Amino acid sequence: MEAVADTMVDVRAALRRDARRRTATALLLVLPLALFLLLTFLVPIGALLWRAVDNPEIARAVPRTVAALARWDAESPAPDAAYAAFVADLLALREQTDAGMLARRLNTEVGGARSLVMNAWRAQPLPATGDAAAVRAQLIALDPRWEEPWIWQAIAKNGARLTPDYLLAAVDLKRTTDGSIVTMDADRSAFRRILARTFGIAAIVTAITLVLAYPLAWWLSTMAPRRANVLLIIVLVPFWTSILVRVAAWIVLLQSGGLVNQTLRGIGLIDEPLALLFNRTGVVIAMVHILLPFMVLPLYSVMKSIPREYVRAAVSLGSHPLAAFVRVYVPQTYAGVAAGGLLVFILAIGYYVTPALLGGPEDQMLSYSVAQYANVHLDWGMACALGSVLLAATLVLYAVYRRFARMEPALA
Amino acid sequence: MAETPLVRFAGVQKSYDGITLAVRDLDLDVRRGEFLTLLGPSGSGKTTTLMMLAGFETPSGGEILFDGRPITRTPPHRRNFGMVFQNYALFPHLTVGDNVAYPLTVRRVPAAEREQRVATALEMVRLGGLTARRPDQLSGGQRQRVALARALVFDPAMVLMDEPLGALDKQLREHMQVELKDLHRRLGVTFVYVTHDQGEALAMSDRVAVFNDGALQQVDTAERLYEEPANRFVSGFVGDNTALAGRVAAIDRDFADVALECNATLRGRLIGPAAPGAAVQVAIRPERVVVRESGGPNTVPATVQDIVYLGDHLRLRCGIDERTTATVKHPVGSGSPPAIGARTHLEFPAEHVRIYP
Amino acid sequence: MKRLAALLPIIVIALHAHAEGTLTVVNFGGANGTAQKKAYYEPFEKLAGVKILPVEYNGEQAKVKAMVETGKVTWDVIEAESADLDRGCDEGLYEKLDWNRIGPKSDFLPAAVHDCGIGIFVWSTVLAYDANRLKDPPKSWADFWDVKRFPGKRALRKNARFNLEFALMADGVKPAEVYKVLATKDGVERAFRKLAELRPHLQWWEAGAQPPQFLVAGDVVMASAYNGRIDAAQREGRNLAIAWAGGIYDIDYWAIPKGTPNRDLATRYIAFAVGPDAQAEFARLISYGPTATKALTKLDAKTLAQLPSAPANAKDALKFDYRFWSDHGEAMEKRFNAWVTQ
Repeated sequence: MEAVADTMVDVRAALRRDARRRTATALLLVLPLALFLLLTFLVPIGALLWRAVDNPEIARAVPRTVAALARWDAESPAPDAAYAAFVADLLALREQTDAGMLARRLNTEVGGARSLVMNAWRAQPLPATGDAAAVRAQLIALDPRWEEPWIWQAIAKNGARLTPDYLLAAVDLKRTTDGSIVTMDADRSAFRRILARTFGIAAIVTAITLVLAYPLAWWLSTMAPRRANVLLIIVLVPFWTSILVRVAAWIVLLQSGGLVNQTLRGIGLIDEPLALLFNRTGVVIAMVHILLPFMVLPLYSVMKSIPREYVRAAVSLGSHPLAAFVRVYVPQTYAGVAAGGLLVFILAIGYYVTPALLGGPEDQMLSYSVAQYANVHLDWGMACALGSVLLAATLVLYAVYRRFARMEPALA
Repeated sequence: MAETPLVRFAGVQKSYDGITLAVRDLDLDVRRGEFLTLLGPSGSGKTTTLMMLAGFETPSGGEILFDGRPITRTPPHRRNFGMVFQNYALFPHLTVGDNVAYPLTVRRVPAAEREQRVATALEMVRLGGLTARRPDQLSGGQRQRVALARALVFDPAMVLMDEPLGALDKQLREHMQVELKDLHRRLGVTFVYVTHDQGEALAMSDRVAVFNDGALQQVDTAERLYEEPANRFVSGFVGDNTALAGRVAAIDRDFADVALECNATLRGRLIGPAAPGAAVQVAIRPERVVVRESGGPNTVPATVQDIVYLGDHLRLRCGIDERTTATVKHPVGSGSPPAIGARTHLEFPAEHVRIYP
Repeated sequence: MKRLAALLPIIVIALHAHAEGTLTVVNFGGANGTAQKKAYYEPFEKLAGVKILPVEYNGEQAKVKAMVETGKVTWDVIEAESADLDRGCDEGLYEKLDWNRIGPKSDFLPAAVHDCGIGIFVWSTVLAYDANRLKDPPKSWADFWDVKRFPGKRALRKNARFNLEFALMADGVKPAEVYKVLATKDGVERAFRKLAELRPHLQWWEAGAQPPQFLVAGDVVMASAYNGRIDAAQREGRNLAIAWAGGIYDIDYWAIPKGTPNRDLATRYIAFAVGPDAQAEFARLISYGPTATKALTKLDAKTLAQLPSAPANAKDALKFDYRFWSDHGEAMEKRFNAWVTQ
């Protein structure tokens, strides 16, 4: 008996060893990919999310001032100590660049702060630095704006290392000086509208691609594989050309003297050229064209796996062919519809180049604002916050899809 | 005058490419209430025939009559035939209950009646209680039964089946054959069944229609098909067969003497016209061959090449000459069998030998 | 998300290796870039025996910032607008110029001299129109806003700079008062209100080459445009015309991004390019005014008359106030963007 038990222990140990070896091999095999994903996917996304809340400039440049303003009520005149601390902070800045970064950050909060700070920095060292009240007087003599509370409010508000302001602003909210969160003024806010527009355009594009791709994919799926492949390649051609080439081609086609308008005028359908460019129509047309393959391919692959017998069976059971198609065939393609729809929608909400080149300002999507803040305003915190909103929207969509897919096993 | 057949194929032709005929000049009656099997190798035209009956293919020529009325142009959904497909074609997005209810739903049967009929149909195939399952939660046999219930629930005028047991394993297939046969007997509905498996055809059918190369070869009961094959193809395709080549030496009314290449002469029933000297095929069922120790009338000398033990009988492979072998079924317990390599004589009883031109 | 990552230019820039013996000079492209090539790059290539790689941009400072922050600086000399230069200088995007090697500051217009840059040319953003289509020429920004007298679309650059000034001038503010008004809250509101009036009739441009294209194609009847681009179109035989009154002139500067490995060569290039001969040649190629006072003496009267700095042209013009835009540009541009994308 004992011998048997011993043997069993040996067998179990051997099995465990074997399992460990297999696990190690598996880990080793996925390690390069894991590293790759970490470096190219998770780290950039992490950096994006971090920069959306990161607010280092003021805390780093003027720590004494931030401390001196810690108990300030943000309404009354700033304490003398804050003036003294500010000057001390300026003196501690080693390079003009440091002052420049501080000025830039404060100027993002409130226009005019740049010259105020830079002038103060250039005036250093001030004659008197010991007495706080004297320092205050000197700064105000340098520029009377130092007496006003707004610059101090901006410093106090951004003294913390992390800020919710970018994320709040990305959804048209702001913090007031007393810390409550309010909606931005109508003429300064745009992001909710742009976000809604982004989703609207993506939804329209998804709907149109679905309407166009569904019959096409169905037709392809009924063909012999060889012919279907040839036609699929034709469908995929837009996929293989550079996005800029495609957009340029659309500009040539859609402009007021372009091929489309000339043809329509030539056959007498219209008198005046249709406005197809620099508006929503052009954006939607081009996006549908570019995204069509992403709808056709999932639909085609799902449809190809549906035997024709289903519709035949339904027809043999007394269903009109059209009813059989709708009640039996279509439900089985939901997986393809959902996958294609999700793919197209998620790609569409990230679109930038196409609306930027083919749309008017009223047709720009959230990515345009991201680019605008990153490239033009150099406000990467804001750019990252908008990017985070886009990321969150994508994740929410995906979660909805998963939820939907779970409820409907046919989709899985 | 005979009763009108349920279905009549009158000179039906079908060509897909305009050059070759998938079905040629088909004249075939389906009798009321019978279990008719269309049997043949793949490409023989049996499935095309079924699809034309179902309405999924349109004949290139001829007419299909149902109850005496032409239905050639009637679309499939108006024919009111139940159909069972090889892969069952259960709608994966619907439950078993909804699948079976589908034909009733499209016929706008009231909900209460529908429910009741679905339950009855599922009881009939012994699947009561699985209403809420989805097709992918069922075994192959269960799916088969659901498909059957769905094809029967709306009281169709006829049930068409396209190799419905093809996907099942052997044991389950044999079990389902018995059930199908039983179901047919109980319901009295006409079944038209397509298969390439002759065993299945013989086991279930009232009549079997054998197809080859687009042409109907023979329509008969299983027994007559086996015992009286109408031609070389049927005799070879249905059941095991030992076939020897020879030439007609003499003709005596229904019988003929055939000179084999091994110089022996065999007598047998002549099936079809043949003149003396014509090349013919001599065919016999292996179980009709008798192993003798010495020669006699209608015997051929042979050498035992191989013996396979099959429980109730032995299967002997005997060489007659260099090119010809004969299969013999030798019942176990009927005398000691010859050993491998033994010289022996095979008797081909004349009443069981068929000679095909 | 992939797209977003692509927007962060760091990754792309990091991939560019820096070629030896070449100097990358970044300009605003189009006719301006072509003139620079002839007047500056080609002669300098001959002189110094190096290759100049021209790169076009639309003034986006993000690329400079990304390069400087990551320490992978592949742009050696760039043409910067005044506000960007001033801001970039404060924030450490640009090197301080070595004036000993460039020349006495007194040789240049006072406004052309900056710690981090030296003026390349004086240019102006002006009202341009197609003289073939408008027989009754528009004379001011008030005319630009007058959609009854001049029906049709107008083109403006898609940002707040210049447009707010134009709007105020169209609303009756004198050029000398523009920045005073714009410095007040009410002034900003007034400018945006005026701009909103014209909105249904506007088509926006982003690259300097676009306004002459729009005018030639007949897409718009009037446009704000860089005067040099209109000049270039005129040289190509297009009958485009300029209303100089209310134009906003400014200086573009040579600047060296901080940390370029070619700082020495870049300084040599700048010293060459701001020389009177090179500048005079440039002014002959495109009607942008030299910043070297000696260059003006080398130009004939006809060329001089086309420059923004010509007395007749500068009479009712406005000097761009980069200090104002340095301070308030960000807020204005953000507000403009919120407005324009609505």
